[in-house]
Amino acid sequence: MQAITCITSRAVADVFKALADPTRRKIVDELSERNGQTLFEICARLATKHRLGSSRQAISQHLDVLEQASLITTERRGRCKYHQLDTGPLERIVERWLQNVREEVIRASR
Amino acid sequence: MASERTRGGDTRITLTSVLVDDQDKALRFYTEILGFEKKTEVPLGEHRWLTVVSPESPDGPELVLEPDAHPAAKPFKAALLDDGIPFTSFAVDDVRHEYTRLRALGVEFTQEPTVMGPVTTAVFDDTCGNLIQIAETT
Repeated sequence: MQAITCITSRAVADVFKALADPTRRKIVDELSERNGQTLFEICARLATKHRLGSSRQAISQHLDVLEQASLITTERRGRCKYHQLDTGPLERIVERWLQNVREEVIRASR
Repeated sequence: MASERTRGGDTRITLTSVLVDDQDKALRFYTEILGFEKKTEVPLGEHRWLTVVSPESPDGPELVLEPDAHPAAKPFKAALLDDGIPFTSFAVDDVRHEYTRLRALGVEFTQEPTVMGPVTTAVFDDTCGNLIQIAETT
């Protein structure tokens, strides 16, 4: 049980660490607009829409951090690699603090 | 801006190349699907000097359908594909219209039409080992 708690809190810490960076939040924004993008598309969106001139290598490293936090997964279709946003870890964070609030709202509305 | 030294130079861009895995397949794709026209075809041993042009500018720049037989070409192309990078870009009047037309012909896109600042772009697979971008200036 203790081991599970430990893994979970580390996973939560990874999510916060991943989202602490503004460039990574922009990547999440763009993937939430259209899921499943190549590295090229992500770089082009950041450069043209957000004026972020980070190198392709730097963006690739940001994607690795997001992937380690389970916020994105990669999928190979044909010979290209696509990045998918997974909001699962965010939902678990929201549940942790907002579940009680939501239940109260539901009770109050009855 | 031409400097004193470069003014008067007459070097022009007339050719650009795509590295293709099969010249016959490439010729079919670039003419029958994309709508270019064959301009030159000269046998050169195992391969051919093969170029296509846009029917809108038959005397404009030619696209060379260059065999990717050199050992460096295939890993280069594979690495670009992996990251979704189009090495070649063509101009169109209406990206969305061209996207719909090409999709109907079975062309696979790795990036749907997207507004990227001053341009709208989309990226497709040319079936010869390349990603190609089409761009419209908005």
